[in-house]
Amino acid sequence: MARYILKRLLMMIITIWIIVTLTFVLMKAVPGSPFNEERTTNETVQANLEAHYNLDEPYIVQYLLYLKSIVTFDFGPSIKQPTETVNDLLGRGFPISFELGIVTIIVAVISGIILGILAALRHNGIIDYVAMSFAVLGISIPNFVLATLLIQKLAVDWGLFPPATWSSPAHMVLPVIALATGPMAIIARLTRSTMLEVLTQDYIKMARAKGLSPWKIVFKHALKNALMPVVTIMGTLLAGILTGTFVIEKIFAIPGMGRYFVESINQRDYPVIMGTTVFYSAFLIFMLFLVDIAYGILDPRIKIHKKGGGE
Amino acid sequence: MKLASEGKANHSPSSTEVQDDWFKWKEKDLGAAESVARPSLSYWQDAWKRLMKNKLAMAGLIFLFLLTVMAIIGPMLSPYKVDGNDLPNQFLPPSGDHWFGTDSLGRDVFTRTWYGARISLFVGLMAALIDFFVGVVYGGISGYKGGRTDNIMMRIVEVLYGLPYLLVVILLLVVLGPSLTTIIVALTVTGWVGMARIVRGQVLQIKNYEFVLASKSFGTKTKRIIRKNLLPNTMGPIIVQMTLTVPSAIFAEAFLSFLGLGIQSPFASWGVMANDALGAILSGYWWTLFFPAFFISFTMFAFNVLGDGLQDALDPKLRK
Repeated sequence: MARYILKRLLMMIITIWIIVTLTFVLMKAVPGSPFNEERTTNETVQANLEAHYNLDEPYIVQYLLYLKSIVTFDFGPSIKQPTETVNDLLGRGFPISFELGIVTIIVAVISGIILGILAALRHNGIIDYVAMSFAVLGISIPNFVLATLLIQKLAVDWGLFPPATWSSPAHMVLPVIALATGPMAIIARLTRSTMLEVLTQDYIKMARAKGLSPWKIVFKHALKNALMPVVTIMGTLLAGILTGTFVIEKIFAIPGMGRYFVESINQRDYPVIMGTTVFYSAFLIFMLFLVDIAYGILDPRIKIHKKGGGE
Repeated sequence: MKLASEGKANHSPSSTEVQDDWFKWKEKDLGAAESVARPSLSYWQDAWKRLMKNKLAMAGLIFLFLLTVMAIIGPMLSPYKVDGNDLPNQFLPPSGDHWFGTDSLGRDVFTRTWYGARISLFVGLMAALIDFFVGVVYGGISGYKGGRTDNIMMRIVEVLYGLPYLLVVILLLVVLGPSLTTIIVALTVTGWVGMARIVRGQVLQIKNYEFVLASKSFGTKTKRIIRKNLLPNTMGPIIVQMTLTVPSAIFAEAFLSFLGLGIQSPFASWGVMANDALGAILSGYWWTLFFPAFFISFTMFAFNVLGDGLQDALDPKLRK
């Protein structure tokens, strides 16, 4: 197990290093410096500005400085809003985005699993049919379309929920629905198909022969094994939810990290783009690492394999 | 009592004496014994037959066919241009003149919708094709060579797989500037990884089968083995993967255009149209959002059900 974790850890560090380097190279490849658009600053001012941001050093020095700043978790100032640093933006926006993300994941996982189990237990029945049509629709409708429809119907026409911003639990309902529907649909489909497979196994027949109730069979015996594939795709789902927050926060005017990110892209605020991308990537890669570890712990076959034949 | 009497009645006819002429010697008909009852079907004919039985997948296929036709001829059916601003006529509801209404700049939504269809289908197909070529070559080599080569190639894939896809795409778009080509490049830079993994897994499995060994023992060259023996047998999962790449590429394009990173107004893509409609929908101009939203959702729906259908149809294990 320790070797497995160590290998994953190394992999994670390499991946983060690649994304950091990629970000640096791409930002240096952008034509022009951040200071020579619109306002014409005079030469001394420009030189001073460049010295201030270390832009006059050779690339290799800049790269090392950049690596150092990443390791010390200091992403530097925002160029467009000089009074703020990228850390300020992250500190302000990330908790909100994190809250949105966590609630979304919880909603998506719970409702997806329940929907999948119901569909599997009533295989080829009405519930199965309805749940799966719902799931395919959920996968097909882009979250930004769903978000706009929800605002139009539930918020504007019927006035059930507030249409925008982020201040009370009621404000969370629409963004979370818009963001959770896609992942929920994916989880529901996956749970259904693995559940159907697991339900044909001998140990389920055994449990049935012992006279256990269907619900006990599902929750005590089948669910644990049916959920393994769900754990494996958690990484992909997390990535989807994270990028989904960009549009959702834009549509619902939620002051989270995603909105700052989109704004920084539109304003070409490179330090913010770099900082946010690196932060998001590192966060996501770390989550993938945790998912991998969880998978290693949950699936006994991996441990047996390791004990038996090693790598 | 009743049962017993019935039993008796049933038995009585058979109690007559068995006569020899009831039986006769029949020649063994070799032709009939060897004949194949059902017409012989190739893998693809069989898969197609099974796909035809899947109504939802067929509906998806028909929808996509119609969409392709409309993407080609749709803009020619209307007298309006895709970027034809006509400010006095903004936000006209759907009518005989403007079948899908007009948007905030008086542009014809009907024309723009079919232009959007062109963009979406083009991006989807190009992404799928490029992923296919890169993925098949990379995965094929990795799976066939095996050993050290495979190990190194798969480590690279693993690292690329760990990179957050849309973030890399956004980063590339910021640097390269938004355009159709950039979107396709950005989507395929890391997109081929999934395909490579699938091809490699398949090749790894199939290369140990006897018919490949037989082919090798005839002295067939590696290139030919990969092309003639391995690839045709991996086609099923590859096609399914391609069908599922298309909707994710279409979604990515719409998503990026919606964020303002993709196709730029006045050119039309469904994402751009949805973004433009964002303000208008609250004032009740539902058609500005409805048509792009409807078509993007249905296109993705169609590709998804088609992909599901193909997955079932192309799986030899499900063959009856």
